[in-house]
Amino acid sequence: MAKSRNWIANLDWITILIYVLMIFLGWINIYAAVYTEDQPGLIDFSLRHGKQLIWIMAAILIAFIILLIETKFYYYFAYVFYSIFIIILFVVIFIARDINGANAWLEIGSFRIQPGEFAKFATALAMARLMSTYNFDISDRKDLLKVMVIMFLPVVLIIMQNDLGSALVYFSLLIVLYRYGFPGWILLLGIFFVGLFVASFKISTLTLTFFVIFLASVLSAINFRRVTEVSIALGVFTLVLILSWVMIKLVDIKIELYYLVALSFVFSSIIYGYWIYSKKLGFVLLMLGFVFMSLIFLFSVEYIFNNIMGEHQQNRILVLLGEKDDPKGIEYNVNQSKIAIGSGGLTGKGFLQGTQTKYKFVPEQSTDFIFCTVGEEWGFLGTTSVILLFIALFWRLLVMAERQKTPFSMLYGYGVTGIIFFHFAINIGMTIDLAPVVGIPLPFFSYGGSSLWSFTILLFIFIKLDSSRQNIL
Amino acid sequence: MNEYANRYYVVISAIVFVAIIFIIRLFSIQALDPSYKATAESNSTRVVIEFPTRGLIFTRDSALMVENKSSFDLMVIPENVTAFDTSYFIEILQLDSIQFIKEFIKAKKRSYIPAMVYKEIPDSIITKFQELQWMFPGFYLQTRALRHYPLSSAAHILGYIGEVDKNMIEKDAYYKQGDYIGITGIEKTYEVLLRGKKGRKLYLVDAKNRIRGSYKDGEMDETAISGKNIVLSIDSRLQTFGEQLMANKRGSIVAIEPSTGEILCLISSPAYDPNLLVGKNIASNYTQLRNDEANLLFNRAVMAQYPPGSTFKLVNALIGLQENVITTHSHFTCAGGYNVGSFHLGCHHNGSIEFYYSIQGSCNAYYCHVFDRILRNKEFQTIGESYTEWRNYVMQFGLGKRLGTDLAQELRGYIPEASHFDKYYGKDKWTPLRLISMSIGQGELGFSPLQMVNMTAAIANRGYYYTPHLIKNIEDLDTIPSKFKQKHTIDIDSAYFEEIIKGMEMVMKAGTAANAYVQGLDICGKTGTAENPHGKDHSIFVAFAPKDNPKIAISVYIENAGFGSTFAAPLASLLIEKYLRDSISVHQWETMLLNTSINYKTK
Ligand SMILES: [Zn+2]
Repeated sequence: MAKSRNWIANLDWITILIYVLMIFLGWINIYAAVYTEDQPGLIDFSLRHGKQLIWIMAAILIAFIILLIETKFYYYFAYVFYSIFIIILFVVIFIARDINGANAWLEIGSFRIQPGEFAKFATALAMARLMSTYNFDISDRKDLLKVMVIMFLPVVLIIMQNDLGSALVYFSLLIVLYRYGFPGWILLLGIFFVGLFVASFKISTLTLTFFVIFLASVLSAINFRRVTEVSIALGVFTLVLILSWVMIKLVDIKIELYYLVALSFVFSSIIYGYWIYSKKLGFVLLMLGFVFMSLIFLFSVEYIFNNIMGEHQQNRILVLLGEKDDPKGIEYNVNQSKIAIGSGGLTGKGFLQGTQTKYKFVPEQSTDFIFCTVGEEWGFLGTTSVILLFIALFWRLLVMAERQKTPFSMLYGYGVTGIIFFHFAINIGMTIDLAPVVGIPLPFFSYGGSSLWSFTILLFIFIKLDSSRQNIL
Repeated sequence: MNEYANRYYVVISAIVFVAIIFIIRLFSIQALDPSYKATAESNSTRVVIEFPTRGLIFTRDSALMVENKSSFDLMVIPENVTAFDTSYFIEILQLDSIQFIKEFIKAKKRSYIPAMVYKEIPDSIITKFQELQWMFPGFYLQTRALRHYPLSSAAHILGYIGEVDKNMIEKDAYYKQGDYIGITGIEKTYEVLLRGKKGRKLYLVDAKNRIRGSYKDGEMDETAISGKNIVLSIDSRLQTFGEQLMANKRGSIVAIEPSTGEILCLISSPAYDPNLLVGKNIASNYTQLRNDEANLLFNRAVMAQYPPGSTFKLVNALIGLQENVITTHSHFTCAGGYNVGSFHLGCHHNGSIEFYYSIQGSCNAYYCHVFDRILRNKEFQTIGESYTEWRNYVMQFGLGKRLGTDLAQELRGYIPEASHFDKYYGKDKWTPLRLISMSIGQGELGFSPLQMVNMTAAIANRGYYYTPHLIKNIEDLDTIPSKFKQKHTIDIDSAYFEEIIKGMEMVMKAGTAANAYVQGLDICGKTGTAENPHGKDHSIFVAFAPKDNPKIAISVYIENAGFGSTFAAPLASLLIEKYLRDSISVHQWETMLLNTSINYKTK
């Protein structure tokens, strides 16, 4: 068929060009970050920039191979990939060695890879595959559950590896559901829980509980214009709270107020729920459910934080949320990162002239904080250019996604965009103190084979799918 | 799915929204806020202060009085420390374990910054530590210069240096916490010359504070300028010999070269070893010196206010001659003293005393008459006026006022003003008899030994003096402050000086200090014995030699040693001979003085 040959002509060369530009700029900045006067060599395979050069070569090779493989392969093998990576992720939990507090690395000889990185494309493929099946119906609870399982199984496994950052990335796949037609409020709910998570470290759980209850009440009231009922509910709640507090005081048991609130809430909602049930006010029940979920969520966050996470991660979270003052710790890193970027000024200090990155004031400056090198040596012009380059990539990816004839390719395209965007937003956000320091790389820029290859695979599968968009699967 | 195609716009707007937030944020950090640039600079540059070597101090005879000695402080960079045998470490370095551990814990709080954990490791241990240093990574020795006084002498002249205090840091931006500064003596007076100027080097450092190169190729570096060496006018032989002779006695010796005002020796006894006020024991030693019953830190030579005793008759004789109330032919009767009505001031002559003999024999009655005439001078309306005139003459000798020498703690001494007596007796309602004891250097008068020697130098010069000073030369500048080159002339005819000098010559040849006569030295002197309500009389002697072109003027003041002729005069003769001949001929004086120890009972 003529079609099978014209995929080369159909390749989206703009995207490939952006890709090449990005890995080139990334390498230049890695070189600058690693550079010292003592070891000025451009190609030294014992140093990071030398190694990155090898990763880049390999990545280009990988890209070629991906482009050569038939499009159908990705569709049919989507679940296979996914299953393989789930198994690997599962195995990694048990055999991986602790590196920076995470057990996320698989070691083969002197070679280290991070399966969590590669599982992203497999998950995106699997989701696209599932959601593009003919009889998939998002409003069917069974189907929704399936998608959720595919999406969050890796999250659970990666969290068990203690790699919070990589796990969070999977939430970006919600964008696929959104584009598919999933109601927007679900996404808003997701954002709400993320906010609640962050807030739970800044504000006391008790206050948050009240806030959630208040919010639910207000929402109910707005929805039904039934202020009376809501007031009654709040009244019952307060009454039970006061009564139980007095009782606790009488018997003199040491118990945190927080638990009392939860308790009184349970009581009042049972009474209220029964009353509501008799009046068949479904939405109020929904709100009660919402408050219950919030409480459970808050409990679990607290529990996971205190009992499951290691000190390293606790600190990371606390400091990035501004809850811990630790000039030599995480906050120090963010500070140094801002100083490095800020000191670049409008036009930067020039290539290899950065002192903050070169002299290691910024931690992880070739991996997670590579953007600092850009900021210090190339200034505002450099950082803006990089951001615009990413915007160009996202625009391209979305344009490509929208022109797909098959839901599979289109949904995968959205998955790719979501994942890369999440990395972009969190990574750059953390270097300028707008996002938590969760330690995820900047796509195509950061040093590291796993990350470069996984993004290459992620992107080029989509480029390949796009190139054969005329073919109907 | 296509019914949701508009969600494409939602997604792209969300992305663009994030990008815009980033760009605004970056613009504010990079383009608007200059503080990051400054922080980055201070982040990655380290200023290393280079301390200049403090100037050395020499004597006029080229002896080294003050030098710098390096001491070794134990330093640590805690992050480089590996597990080590603490008790062995403490043992070989002979450390105070509690102090060491305390400092080490303190240092660990900023693990990448070098910190001092122990001051002044004894020299004897240095080599051993250097051999074993490989066992204790992270620890090293850092040298620091301490003052050292090879002669162990002249503590009161030299003063000491110590860490600068908060007030000084606020006053003078040059000083930073931990810097050393001259606190008293020459170290204080010539601080700016001796200290030199600190230099600084700017380095680029990495996050672990390791030096990675020089900042801007050393463009902003400043090299340290060493302190100037200075030469003092002190003669080390006189100074040390005088200190030996004054051992176990309290008092002071000051000698001056009359033609220049250069101080040849300045001794305050009891003294202490200046090496005590050096290094880490400075605080405890200081307290001990200050609390000593003999008040060791008190510099008697410039701070004591002694009555001048009979040496003051010289001044009264000169004023009397200048005021024309007496002549060299004036005779006064001494009838075992000065008697006015029931008033009696004792003396040991009988008969008419002539001018020269009044000095030679130190007649009290004679000077009571002289002083009486000065105060009853017809040229003045009131006693207040004549007294003030007399006082002005006295002060022209540098008595009763600060001379302005280069020892800052110098005090002015005391001659009461006329108003002092007005207050007691009513305006001009007082008679010469009320203050007659001042005629023989008693009463309300109080002068420092430095002032007394300056008076002697002025006599030796026949009517002028240069402000006594210790500085003789400053390296590279080859000059001394101009105030020390300024001649202070006394409004008394130099011919009158010649007359009293004749009397002073006779003091040695056949007078009160005949026992201290040395053949051929041509010493002119005057004894003094100051009554002292607290005990035995003070023994006083002032002298200069030779008579013509005097080379040395000296004042000796020994507390509670009795007659001036007994101790002070031979002591002065010994020092004068030592200075002029570099030898001594009358050894029994030396033996006598060295063996004399005066018992100062504490009350
Ligand atoms: Zn007499």
